[in-house]
Amino acid sequence: MQDVTYRRPATVQEASQLLKDNGPTARVLAGGTDIIVMARERRRDTSMFVDVKAIPELNQLSFSASEGLTVGAAVPCYRIYRDETVSRLYPCLVDSTSLIGGTAIQGRASLGGNLCNSGPAGDSIPSMIVLEGEAHIFGPNGWRTVKVEDFCTAPGRNVLDAGELLVSIKFPAPRPGSGARFLRFIPRNEMDIAVVNSATNLTLDGNTVTHARIAIGAVAPRPLFVPAAGEALVGRPLTDETTAAAATASRDAATPIDDMRGSVRQRKHLSYVLTERTIRDAARRARGEIVSHV
Amino acid sequence: MVSTEKPKYRVVGTRPVRPDGTDKVTGRAQYGADLRLPGMLYARVKRSPHAHALIKHIDTSKALALPGVRAVITNKDFPVAEDKIADLGEGAANIKWLLDNVMASDRVLYKGHAVAAVAANDLHTAEDALALIEVEYEPLPAVLNVRDAMLDSSPRLHDNLRTEELTGLFTPPLGAGDKVSNVAKHLLLTKGDLEAGFAAADIVLEREFETTMAHQGYIEPHNATAFWNKDGELTVWTSTQGSFAVRDQVSMLLQLPVSKVKVVPMEIGGGFGGKIPVYLDPPAAVLSRVTGQPVKMWMTREEVFEGTGPTSGTASRVKIGVKRDGTITAMEAHYAYEAGAYPGSPMAAGVMCATAPYDVENVLVEGWDVVVNKPKVAAYRAPGAYQAEFAVESVLDELAQQLEMDAVDFRLKNAAKEGTRRVDGAVFGPVGNIQVLEAIKNSPHYKSELSGEHRGRGVAIGFWFNVGFESSAYASVNPDGRISLVIGSADIGGTRATIAMQLAETLGIPYEDVHPQVVDTDSIGFTGVTGGSRTAFAGGWAAYECAMDIRRQMVARAAQIWETDADKVAYDADGVIRGPEGKQFTFKELAAQLPHTGGQIQGRADVSPMTAGPAFAGHIADVEVDPDTGKVTVLRYTAIQDVGTAVHPSYVEGQIQGGAAQGIGMALSEEYFYDGNGVMRNASLLDYRIPTTLDLPMIETILVEVPNPGHPYGVRGVGEVPIVPPQATISNAIADAIGVRPRNLPATPRVLLEELLPPEKP
Amino acid sequence: MSSRVIINTTINGEPMEFLVDERDSLLEALRERIGLTGSKEGCNNGNCGACAVIMDGRLVNSCCVMAAEVQGANITTVEGLATGGELTPLQDAFLEDAALQCGICTPGFLVASKALLDFNPNPSEYEIRYWLAGNLCRCTGYDKIIRAVQHAATQMRA
Repeated sequence: MQDVTYRRPATVQEASQLLKDNGPTARVLAGGTDIIVMARERRRDTSMFVDVKAIPELNQLSFSASEGLTVGAAVPCYRIYRDETVSRLYPCLVDSTSLIGGTAIQGRASLGGNLCNSGPAGDSIPSMIVLEGEAHIFGPNGWRTVKVEDFCTAPGRNVLDAGELLVSIKFPAPRPGSGARFLRFIPRNEMDIAVVNSATNLTLDGNTVTHARIAIGAVAPRPLFVPAAGEALVGRPLTDETTAAAATASRDAATPIDDMRGSVRQRKHLSYVLTERTIRDAARRARGEIVSHV
Repeated sequence: MVSTEKPKYRVVGTRPVRPDGTDKVTGRAQYGADLRLPGMLYARVKRSPHAHALIKHIDTSKALALPGVRAVITNKDFPVAEDKIADLGEGAANIKWLLDNVMASDRVLYKGHAVAAVAANDLHTAEDALALIEVEYEPLPAVLNVRDAMLDSSPRLHDNLRTEELTGLFTPPLGAGDKVSNVAKHLLLTKGDLEAGFAAADIVLEREFETTMAHQGYIEPHNATAFWNKDGELTVWTSTQGSFAVRDQVSMLLQLPVSKVKVVPMEIGGGFGGKIPVYLDPPAAVLSRVTGQPVKMWMTREEVFEGTGPTSGTASRVKIGVKRDGTITAMEAHYAYEAGAYPGSPMAAGVMCATAPYDVENVLVEGWDVVVNKPKVAAYRAPGAYQAEFAVESVLDELAQQLEMDAVDFRLKNAAKEGTRRVDGAVFGPVGNIQVLEAIKNSPHYKSELSGEHRGRGVAIGFWFNVGFESSAYASVNPDGRISLVIGSADIGGTRATIAMQLAETLGIPYEDVHPQVVDTDSIGFTGVTGGSRTAFAGGWAAYECAMDIRRQMVARAAQIWETDADKVAYDADGVIRGPEGKQFTFKELAAQLPHTGGQIQGRADVSPMTAGPAFAGHIADVEVDPDTGKVTVLRYTAIQDVGTAVHPSYVEGQIQGGAAQGIGMALSEEYFYDGNGVMRNASLLDYRIPTTLDLPMIETILVEVPNPGHPYGVRGVGEVPIVPPQATISNAIADAIGVRPRNLPATPRVLLEELLPPEKP
Repeated sequence: MSSRVIINTTINGEPMEFLVDERDSLLEALRERIGLTGSKEGCNNGNCGACAVIMDGRLVNSCCVMAAEVQGANITTVEGLATGGELTPLQDAFLEDAALQCGICTPGFLVASKALLDFNPNPSEYEIRYWLAGNLCRCTGYDKIIRAVQHAATQMRA
């Protein structure tokens, strides 16, 4: 671990000031499961941890029919998947949060951290994209919002400017008749980085798709929202053919690399397979079926 | 449990709790990294970023100038090592190579190769100082696999390495070749007439295989703490499989008399063969000499992967001929083993195991020990055997399919048994190969139906020699009738218990009355490593002889008390000493008499069995393959093994389950993944995928007990052979499930998917 | 030399005050500053679970927590499982069922299993495997660990 100082601000204003005053090597510390490891292994230059867990807004987890769901950026995974309302209305977030790391990682890791870490394979980001998540950011110039699909810009990079911090992610109340599903492919059955991951959020009227959002991860420099995949479904009945068309759109959108976790061909193929599978599961959830998160 | 006739034991075969158990479930057990000494410094190692480079210059001045830094050392701070072969008792080695692997002198041969070490007042400062050590390299082209390394055009790793020609393990080498080469050794073993054998065959099948380097993956990183006092006496506290092995290596590399080095074995968090070589002990010692203070070191996980010895990756070719009736007429197998940066792969062991389970007239096996720019390999549980037997068992499986014969019947028809002469010339005594194969056939698993799409079942068998070697035991009879037992074997998974049980059995006293302790190298006679499946075998034998020594003395003392002749006194199996006229002492009664009838009694023994009971195992796996992703799920797994006598059946089962799990890992997910520059891209427990709880089913075990006649309690080693069958078992099951036979392991989803997808358009 | 901070926290039920380096992880503080070496370093990056502790009721890897963060927290380590010299049913089950070989992963497994049984006293085999997937063991193949947790759960419900 390089030499660091530790600060624990109580307000977003104070946190923003610390980040601004100390420059890009001052890092927000929420769950720490990535940032502490990166600092220890000296993979990311870090001079200060700004621990945001004492700030009330970052710990908020609340739902109302009008406002939808607010998830504070530092809320750890276990609070999310153990929350009764989230489990009922946003099972797709349970899919993601219950498979990030193991139990001990889920005790700390947060959606906000996963998003700000901006890894192409981040396992909560496709879910947040398809659930129409909006990132609420506070900075020297006050508040602004950015759609989750626009938040990440490149591996490890995002839209946050100097002095800005992610405060919360807000999701609209689910549409009636909608269902969403996240899946990832890993060689083991836990404790792995996605070779490919995917999320689908569908709204059905009978068997007709009235609204669809599909995202894939680990196949591009950032998690990808794939509008063409959703468009292949909207206004059409959900059939093997339309599902295949959407899955093909995902595969076409994928521009993966070869690395130790997967090959280009494998990732293109898995983009198709996982999109197909998340569509099927999302439709089952839209119809009120229980689809276990595992 | 399947048992042939065996004697009734009172303690052997029971399942008591281990004496070190409470400390290990309460966090009190002291592993090497847990040690704290007054004035202790912390040290870290600087490592090469290059896979192959000359070291031009090392500048330590900036690091030394950092406040809190106490010493920086390089290879120059060690005694000059002679560039010559030394006989180390358990194999010969070039001392310069051994020292260079601990800390490079003139060139680095793998990414992660140690080049310097720094000691500081605290860990953070030691780490900070690493970046301030400046090393100037001249990078050289790296050689990353055996096929490339064996080419004449390949860059050479060592200027003085020439191929040694061997025709047997115990025959002198025919001499070294005249060309500088990356091939350190070539071994050729033959038997019968290969050409005639293949000519007599109805089917001949020839296949090629590859396996990658894989790591033992013990959860505890290497550690060492050293204190070199002003009198020139060095104490090393370390987590090791062999405290005497550390003592001997340290004394050799530091050119100290062995009597000046004391090694204190701390608890050890897994080894599997990988904690026999020294890495940190010598630099910790030198840093202590320079600073005059105790120095503690431990590795990061990345250092464990990159800087310690995994097992060899291999490339192989196997050809087998059979008659229609299933008789194998000829077997031919060729293996190239990666040694890593310095010679010394387990090639010879692999070559000797390859065809050992089969009684075949005409055999040729051949191997090459090849240096490459990767970490120097170390032993890993039945080293060399699984790579070799995987290839043979895969070809046999394919042949059984072609013959339309049951895979077990086919093996039974050709199985080696008592009296079979192996290709290396050894003749089997009583072994359990046939019994294991029959137990597979009779197992509930093998008899069960497997249904469902993309599901398949595989079986394979495995063989491993096991070793004997030297072990000591020392025991004091206390006046309360309890025994203080002192041993030198590292306890990695129940050693204290299994050795104490054999002592208790021999004395006819309760297991609870034996208090075993693992002590340092000054406090017990020489004891070989906990490895080679030897500890319960040889350590137990030493305990037996030690107990017999006590029995003799107890009988003599009873005779003295009763004023009779010793030959009129008997020590019975129930631990009662009986004399004439119905006189008798229980063990406790006589123990209480000892202090005032001539003094207390101690037993001691040092045994050195040169043979051990060979081990056979057979495994069954059911798998399901997802045809859309290439991912394999192990649905059911059964491991069957001839264990001789199960001293502590739960611990025997544990060895079998653990070995199977490691083998399954190598079959499906574990690999050293290198980029073109020789950088391991997955040097973490995230990306080097050892199986998690969710990746394995319960592992059923069936213990076959064919007592080893070469041991007082029929014990044979059990620890290693269970890692031998899994690679072929899983691979054969995959072939059964989807018709695609993995020949390159691990069979990761990436690899299998490539086989399952239609060929890519050009 | 980086700066030092005083930490006030409760460890295994005892209020404690100690000095840490600002860049110490909780694991480093436990092991090197306080001498509670039961929590083990296996990977130091959150992938093996050998350093698991319970912090304010939730399971965390102490290598991924900064020592400075635990100001005012309540922490349970493996040393705090047995109270008054009595082993807990989990510890007994690990011993009786031979759920450990080398023992280096055992503290993490025990702490994680305690957190599981506190949360779910009657877990299925799958739930146990899922919960413990972040704890690596290289010796046992997990079989006997899973059975020991099942055994302890049964004992504790009785």
